[in-house]
Amino acid sequence: MKPAAFEYCRADTLDEALALLSEFGEDAAILAGGMSLGAMLNMRLVRPAAVIDINRIAGLDGAERAGAWLETGATCRQADALGSGEVAAAAPLLSLALPYVGHFQTRSRGTLGGSVAHADPSAEIPLCLATLGGEVVLASRSRRRRLPATEFFEGALTTRRAPDELITALRWPAAPAGAGCAFEEIAQRRGDFAIAAAAALAALAPDGTLRALRFGLGGVEERPLRVDTAGAIGAPADAGTAEALARAAAEAVAPIEDPRASRAYRRQLVRVLGARVLMRAFRAARAGG
Amino acid sequence: MLRVKPDATCRVTVTVNGAARSGRAGPRLLLCDFLRHELGLYGTRVGCEHGVCGACTVMVDGRAVRSCLTFAVQVDGAEIRTVEGLGDGGALSPLQEAFRRRHALQCGYCTAGVLISATRFLETNPRPTEAEVRDMLSGHICRCTGYHGMVRAILDVAGAEEGEEEERRR
Repeated sequence: MKPAAFEYCRADTLDEALALLSEFGEDAAILAGGMSLGAMLNMRLVRPAAVIDINRIAGLDGAERAGAWLETGATCRQADALGSGEVAAAAPLLSLALPYVGHFQTRSRGTLGGSVAHADPSAEIPLCLATLGGEVVLASRSRRRRLPATEFFEGALTTRRAPDELITALRWPAAPAGAGCAFEEIAQRRGDFAIAAAAALAALAPDGTLRALRFGLGGVEERPLRVDTAGAIGAPADAGTAEALARAAAEAVAPIEDPRASRAYRRQLVRVLGARVLMRAFRAARAGG
Repeated sequence: MLRVKPDATCRVTVTVNGAARSGRAGPRLLLCDFLRHELGLYGTRVGCEHGVCGACTVMVDGRAVRSCLTFAVQVDGAEIRTVEGLGDGGALSPLQEAFRRRHALQCGYCTAGVLISATRFLETNPRPTEAEVRDMLSGHICRCTGYHGMVRAILDVAGAEEGEEEERRR
């Protein structure tokens, strides 16, 4: 199908984009890579009065280290993030997850910011941001604010972005030295939406016990889940710890059910995939990250 | 800032396969439809229209992208490469030749997109493994061939280039 009629607005600066957003509010759709919005427009799942194209705003597509954080601009392409040394060094978990995002032909245009704004429950980039304790930077004409990713995502395709706000950047806490990461997902076909995905980052103390641990699950509930791992700090980085964490997570989640997978299957995936990904992160940390 | 009202059109000028071309586009005109119906380049096929099948894949500023998820108004000033630009006059490109040799197409509907993707893919990764080729092909749907011929054709071309380089080294 073809989209319903809309007004095309190409913003050349951030100020222009924010002015357009304050003019159109809920009637506007923000166009970054267009990999989700384009499909939704074509299928007429959305019929905005205006489409605000932010692709030509200078300086929004970078990935730069800022102290203890990596900051990626709203229109940073997934393919560029995948090829970025800065991203690999500061957010190795994201580098591991990006090959699972869509395909070669969609990562070329799809953006990190767009995926977070779209907030598909099975999306890898929101999962990584939530797992790592990252932040979403929002701007409108009247205010700038930063929200933790875990608060930003409210539900399926629903976020706390106000209608007049634009995601200008994502902030990723830099991985501790020697951290090991792992990412894996189960999908019906390569590049499809994940039925379940697991992400983990582990850092070890000199005695081999866990010094830091992040563990997240995607595709299981309506938003990415960051599992509370406080109880595992100081525990040995071994199969017993991984299995206990995954088992507890599988008991605690309230999985969604859809034509692709039942609740019970998703719960089983949390247990199996979760333990596997945690063990892989532990091994990577033992090997020095 | 550029604003184009829903029922208005604007001029879109692009370089397609090395030649400057221009046409008119309203806001909702997809790049694939602009290429076909405004510029008469019917080699690019339109399949699912939601970014899944890959038939409409073209190169925009050197990258393989879905032309059904890109609006014509967005690409003003861009450099575009379509399947018409792969061969040299009447001669097929080495990749197209390999596709013919390996029976990598049957009905041909997906082929233009696959050729564009594979051309770009080999530019970024000249010596891919079979697994990498298959991963790249996951962005295309072909209902005729089972992909096997495409994998062989792409690996043939990658191997041929490697062979030529080894010969040069000697």
